Amino acid sequence: MPDSATRAGRAARDARVVRPRISVVERFRRIAAYHELLVGMTRKELKVKYKNSILGFAWSLLNPLLYLIVFYIAFVKILGSGVPAFPIFLLSGLLVWNLFSIGLSAACTSVVANSGLVKKVAFPREILPLAAVGSMLVHFFLQGAVLVTVLAIIQWSVAWEYVLLLPLALVALLIITGALGIMLSAINVYLRDTQHFLELALLAWFWMTPIVYGFMTIGRRGGLFAKLYMLNPITPVVLVFQRALYNRLNNPKITPTAADPRANQILPHWAITGYLAYLGYAFLVGFVLFAIAIAIFGRSEANFAEEL
Amino acid sequence: MTAAIEIRHVSKHFRLYHEHYGSLKERMIHFGRIPSEDFVALNDIDLAIDEGTTVGILGHNGSGKSTLLKCMAGILQPNAGEIVTRGRLAALLELGAGFHPELTGRENIFMNASILGLSKRDISAVFDEIVDFSELEKFIDMQVRHYSSGMYVRLGFAVAVNVDPDILLVDEVLAVGDEAFQRKCLQRVKQFQTEGRTIVCVTHAPDLIRRICDRGIVLDHGSMVIDAQPGEAVRTFRESLLRSGLADPTPEDAETEHIPSHGGRMAASATHRVKITRVTIEHPGLLVDRHALLPNEAMTIRVGYHASEPTEDLLFGIAIHDEDGNDVFGTNTKVAGVPVPIADGDGQVTFDFEHVPLLDGTYLITLAIQSNDEGTVYDWSDQQHHFSVMNPERTLGLVALPLQVRFDTPYAERLEGSGS
Repeated sequence: MPDSATRAGRAARDARVVRPRISVVERFRRIAAYHELLVGMTRKELKVKYKNSILGFAWSLLNPLLYLIVFYIAFVKILGSGVPAFPIFLLSGLLVWNLFSIGLSAACTSVVANSGLVKKVAFPREILPLAAVGSMLVHFFLQGAVLVTVLAIIQWSVAWEYVLLLPLALVALLIITGALGIMLSAINVYLRDTQHFLELALLAWFWMTPIVYGFMTIGRRGGLFAKLYMLNPITPVVLVFQRALYNRLNNPKITPTAADPRANQILPHWAITGYLAYLGYAFLVGFVLFAIAIAIFGRSEANFAEEL
Repeated sequence: MTAAIEIRHVSKHFRLYHEHYGSLKERMIHFGRIPSEDFVALNDIDLAIDEGTTVGILGHNGSGKSTLLKCMAGILQPNAGEIVTRGRLAALLELGAGFHPELTGRENIFMNASILGLSKRDISAVFDEIVDFSELEKFIDMQVRHYSSGMYVRLGFAVAVNVDPDILLVDEVLAVGDEAFQRKCLQRVKQFQTEGRTIVCVTHAPDLIRRICDRGIVLDHGSMVIDAQPGEAVRTFRESLLRSGLADPTPEDAETEHIPSHGGRMAASATHRVKITRVTIEHPGLLVDRHALLPNEAMTIRVGYHASEPTEDLLFGIAIHDEDGNDVFGTNTKVAGVPVPIADGDGQVTFDFEHVPLLDGTYLITLAIQSNDEGTVYDWSDQQHHFSVMNPERTLGLVALPLQVRFDTPYAERLEGSGS
């Protein structure tokens, strides 16, 4: 137990102000100060998610596997999709999409789901949606590790210079997911429709992202639709992952041949700077969304404890 | 001395919707005309709480006391004003301290303490103490959703007091748990006081304020009514309760008890041949619009009665009970040896108490008219009337025992000699 002298020292250091509004900068400072809690909460989310389930973490891997089976049957067997090495193509995009969609869904309900904490303890509430995304990040690495292992076993040649872009793409994805998660988690406190609406929105969003079909299916058409299509900030992230892991352009096993008319329909033929520029757009959207999210969250946070 | 908590002109409003329109459809239908009213929970509260003091906040339901505590804890943000707190702050608000039901007690301790700002190493260092204090060794690896509410509170309190807080905020929690645990909590609160920590507690129980607080604050409809010595604050609180027509919380057993009590049986068996028609309680305070007695003041109870036919061999009884229904005092005309006139038509009996040596509380009165052999009950008014006593001093308990304290040592003589 510290004596009163050290207590006074701590008191001066730990002075805290409760105000009607705090600035966005102050908000970021508070979130940063609670990084240890963010880690703890993420761990908690992981624990809670698979508590009382027998397969536990295996679900994290079963989910993409089931998607793969369903889409493989639907696209390759039924619709006759011409994407070579379809499983690898699908999984490199799905890796990104799962982090985004499952992370966002979990973030959306995070404040409501943790009402017990929100009503009793003070901490930056943004931690809750961020921890939801954080726990999905752990699954992402798990799924990613399995995919990479498979690629290594089948001696798949990846595009190394694009692999270097992966961390950057991941950061962009996390910023966008975190921003939308923070925004929706606050709205969902007041309007519980949000979580149901999100399910539908994500379904539409999924098909508007080149995951089960190649980007070039739309990209080579040009025109207004293609331009609008490219506004989707998840697309650049997916493309970087596909370019790095699926590596359509220089993989000897699936090099396009004149005999294959669909050869160039999958990934855009940009130089690495093109991918980088498109990724820059994702960052831009992410930062703008984040600022808006923090502002919305800050405005509505004041009455969380009463609304829940 | 620096202030541990400074509350500067804090106001908080809530918008009250008469119905909850939580879904989009309902919002669309009722867009712009959702019936609502602005509810002022806190109105320009301004106060500073010094380091090392214990402050009690009193107020009836809806007075804003819990809202104020939540604002201090940073769980709610005020609409205007600001609150500065200095030091680590642990809060125990109503039930539990924010646990996740799916996690075990152990996991919750770690999560909760880390929210309060402890590192993992700090938590490991106090973990055993927390478990010891909560007395939940056997259940610590069980999910807290299987805990009883008592266990929940115990764990919450154990965490809050073992994370070395500089400021402890407590809301009604001391009222929960078994008596032994309550005593332990109080002990810890007292230890905190000697260690110079700041404590703010919100309670309905005026007795607790008098026992542990240095200072009492009364809130009424969001405004601060008084900020004073505990005794004075308690008295103000009681008076405002009486004025607003709310008696002190009376025992709820009266409603929940299905087996009729002794009094209930007696009342049910009354023949009403002689009936109590009127009861008045008089005391000096009424002259100055004070609704409660001060300890040792005089009190007169007049009971008017009506006999439908001439009745002799009557016995009049009176009993005073505390809020839990325990007898504090009881007598009757036979015990007192007072001859009772034959009742015919209207009459009145007066009970004159020269002084009422009671301390704080609300006391209930039972009045009875029986035959002298107590075989027939003519009328029985069971705890229908009450009076309150308010103690401005800091003495504890039920009875104002006359007491003089004296020292018979040379030291005391010297003190007296120096003329104080």
